[in-house]
Amino acid sequence: MASKYYFINIVRFIMLVLAQVLICNNINFWGFINPIIYILFLYWYPIKQNRAVFIIISFFLGFTVDIFSDTLAFNTAATLTIAYLRPTIMRFCFGVNFEFQSFRLNAAPRIQQLTYLALLIVIHHTVFFTLEVFNFDNFLLILKKILVVSIASLFLCILLSSLFSVKKEN
Amino acid sequence: MQQIINFIFRNKNLLLYLFLLFISLAFTIQSHSYHQSKFFNSANWLTGGVYKTTNGIFSYFNLEKENQKLVDENMRLRRIIINNEYNEEVAIDSTALDSTLLDYTIVSAKIIKNSYSNLDNYITLNKGSKDGIKQDMGVITPNGILGIIENTSGKFSRVQSILNRKSNLNAKLKNTDNFGSLIWDTKDFNTVQLIDIPRRIPIKVGDTILTGAASSIFPENIPIGTIKSFGLDVSKSSYTINISLFNDMSNLKNVYIINNTNRVVLEELESPVTNGK
Repeated sequence: MASKYYFINIVRFIMLVLAQVLICNNINFWGFINPIIYILFLYWYPIKQNRAVFIIISFFLGFTVDIFSDTLAFNTAATLTIAYLRPTIMRFCFGVNFEFQSFRLNAAPRIQQLTYLALLIVIHHTVFFTLEVFNFDNFLLILKKILVVSIASLFLCILLSSLFSVKKEN
Repeated sequence: MQQIINFIFRNKNLLLYLFLLFISLAFTIQSHSYHQSKFFNSANWLTGGVYKTTNGIFSYFNLEKENQKLVDENMRLRRIIINNEYNEEVAIDSTALDSTLLDYTIVSAKIIKNSYSNLDNYITLNKGSKDGIKQDMGVITPNGILGIIENTSGKFSRVQSILNRKSNLNAKLKNTDNFGSLIWDTKDFNTVQLIDIPRRIPIKVGDTILTGAASSIFPENIPIGTIKSFGLDVSKSSYTINISLFNDMSNLKNVYIINNTNRVVLEELESPVTNGK
């Protein structure tokens, strides 16, 4: 059973990185909108695992995407931050009961799942674009990018998560 | 001692997070100030290999358009050669083709990863140090200028595109010797800016911009684009000119890498002057 979890997570890691760098980085909708979908790895990652391991895996996830897209190391810092903040975000969205053994993400109300995903995306994009622009003179540019790209990422992540959660239950 | 160890154990996640965040911020600050690290970029064997494989599949989809582009370019070059022969009536001398005597040598390459939507864009090519590519060589397309080689690995190299905040090239107005700096304001990927052209120079919309002579990377008179609009800068003494590029930066495939064979000599000549400032 444990080896099955490893296998699923390794496959997810590779598929999400490839989908991100080969497909999503080339969308360029309106010239600058490239949705970020590898956040789904953190969204799906089992809750009751060792937290230090989770942070290290997130670091490597961000780092891999960074090397591919020549954005050293904005993705790493952003992914690391949401990996560290994930328990806090989950407590905010699901209340204290997410720590119980019986809690399952799929069983939670849809609106709570969406809030959880949206918070992950918004925090990630805030760190990412702040580091990319690296200049507070362009504060409006940062805000515009965070807002527009977050909406695009959220839209695509919802589509993907509903597409793949059906298969998981079978 | 016990308390310190307890503290570390209690806060091990926070400490781990801060440690890794420090590493990534160090990389970020380094990348904003100077060239990125030698290995951690898209020109290494792993990322280059992945991009090359997928590019091998997707490049078939627009083969016809690429062929048409190359035929058009051949036609243009052929026309120049034919007309020159008839005008000057000088046969091609085989000694002139000796590569050691040429000022510039050219290597062709293909783009395997293009990027134009970030604030700092980099392009990956399928030729590397094994093909004689070195840092600071110029890269052009059939239509115009593209960027400068920034990093090479064995089989791949990374180009700092002109669509990059660090890019700063020498450019001039056609048929004059007034040159300025070519930069990018990150707003539109088909428009770059030329600054430091003095106010007294007469310019108008539609004028052609070429590379200048003050660069040891590019030969003079490589086309860049045409003037789209212009205005005075803050000091009211020089122009800031918007240039629409001849290249469509979102649709590029075949490029040429230019090597200035006199570059080492040129830089040796120039270095004492800059040191003496």
